[in-house]
Amino acid sequence: MAGKTAQSRLSRNRTRSAWLFLAPMLVTLFVVAAWPLGRTVWFSFTDASLDLISQARWVGIRNYLEWVDWGDGTGQYYGLLADPRWWRSVWNTVRFAVVSVSFETLFGLVIALVLNQSFRGRGLVRAAVLIPWAIPTIVSAKMWAWMMHDQFGILNDMFMRLGLISAPVAWTASPDTAMIAILIVDIWKTTPFMALLILAGLQMVPQDIYEAAKLDGVPPTRVFRKITLPLIMPAVLVAVVFRALDALRVFDIVYVLTPNTDATRTMSVYARENLFDFDQFAYGSAASTLLFLVIALITISFILATRMDLEGNTT
Amino acid sequence: MKPGIWQRIGFYAIVIVIVTQAVFPFYYAILTSLEDGQALFEVNYLPKALNLTNYRAMLAEGVFGKQMLNSVFVASVVVVVSLFLAVTAAFALSRIRFRGRGLLLLTVLSVSMFPQIAVLSGLFEVIRFFGLFNSLWSLVFSYMIFTLPFTVWVLTTFMRNLPVEIEEAAIMDGASSLTIIRRVFLPLMWPAMVTTGLLAFIHAWNEFLFALTFTSTDSQRTVPVAIALVSGRSEFEIPWGNIMAASVIVTLPLVALVLIFQRRIVSGLTAGAVKG
Repeated sequence: MAGKTAQSRLSRNRTRSAWLFLAPMLVTLFVVAAWPLGRTVWFSFTDASLDLISQARWVGIRNYLEWVDWGDGTGQYYGLLADPRWWRSVWNTVRFAVVSVSFETLFGLVIALVLNQSFRGRGLVRAAVLIPWAIPTIVSAKMWAWMMHDQFGILNDMFMRLGLISAPVAWTASPDTAMIAILIVDIWKTTPFMALLILAGLQMVPQDIYEAAKLDGVPPTRVFRKITLPLIMPAVLVAVVFRALDALRVFDIVYVLTPNTDATRTMSVYARENLFDFDQFAYGSAASTLLFLVIALITISFILATRMDLEGNTT
Repeated sequence: MKPGIWQRIGFYAIVIVIVTQAVFPFYYAILTSLEDGQALFEVNYLPKALNLTNYRAMLAEGVFGKQMLNSVFVASVVVVVSLFLAVTAAFALSRIRFRGRGLLLLTVLSVSMFPQIAVLSGLFEVIRFFGLFNSLWSLVFSYMIFTLPFTVWVLTTFMRNLPVEIEEAAIMDGASSLTIIRRVFLPLMWPAMVTTGLLAFIHAWNEFLFALTFTSTDSQRTVPVAIALVSGRSEFEIPWGNIMAASVIVTLPLVALVLIFQRRIVSGLTAGAVKG
């Protein structure tokens, strides 16, 4: 009896100390994440401006959509949802995310398969592959901006020598190639991350499956399609989702490599532009809120689909 | 079944392509940073000059040194603060059973999915409220949003896999939770802490959007923002040599870290995504 109450007191104490230990982290996260997010959503329903943030007044959904009647029976929709520049940036972002993540998955898979072989110098190759990942995004954008320079860039020189292009291309300045430039830099920079995640998946495939397939004389392409690919699919999927969420909020590369172009303006760039450059704080907040909603929806459906085990009870 | 000679040649060809594409842009940046004057505007594939003018120009300009110090300061303080907050939290999340634990961990993890832009306007208000605008502390403070969820997550997973017995003995001896963390867990945790600390450092070192928004004067900038904002009087006067020199200076410490701690970084990066 006495032992039992002592034990429950101990466990109560433990629970109390648990919250005590969690408190600093939770308070910090509340102040840097939850509260600001709530304020952003609130601003999106107000007329807040950069200098008068605290005097923001509720204006309803006007920042998102508003019908303005011109008094003669006609009128026009205003607001984010009626703004072609917004929809253009949504389209840019989605296109960017789909194309970059597809190529990164493909290249990442190839690199992971290579790194999964044992060969001399593998450690060095792996180290080399990590370099693009380690370089700050801004620096990679600048490095590539120089390589893509229309007059002195090495990329044009290389392509001309190879006969791929007949005249120098203004990669970042021309609207036709601006998106391609962004994609090249992003794919170059983030493929290592993809490769590492897929490699981790590859290394969990038990080796004896391969041995068995070899003994049975199954051709390598068939082994890859029927054994390797299905087994690493979960790892690939997780990597794809992580990267897709990252790609949807892309900002740095676009801001530095191709500033102020309709051809590459993404949702994040659009939002920041309105928040701090155009003094449309409330309008920019509305764009941020929509971007958040899109990403939240994707995340939630992913978690539900995979039923991630967070309690750690079964592992 | 030995692979044929052509297969091996093909394999090594792929390896060479992979290494070249990964290394070439940085190699070219180094090469450019060592060129000056007319040489800068000729396309060279091999090093031709070994001219340190650009480096001298960058370092002589006092503000760049200050900006380097800013970056070092912000990234280091972020690492220390987030590791401290995360270790205590991870202890509670992994070693103490209480209701709502799973949900709590899920909430913390979901913060890492927040697009930075979604909190930007709210955070801007908070930072102005605390009077931190244009101060390095605004960056230390705001970077917690991406370092904390990740560090808490990895350290919790790591602590969970440590055997129960090691702390039972300490509890029997009447040690307090804080003592247990300090004397029992910390010595065992250092591999996980080195990994998460490194990743937090790299992330903070590279961050751009917050640094661009929450600082406004040259002397308070971190290096990525400084590099992004370097411009000439016209498009034709952009000092590419200086930019490349600055880029190499910021990147070299990171490349060194990555090469030295390769294994730790790889395991840290995959810890969040692959179970086990």
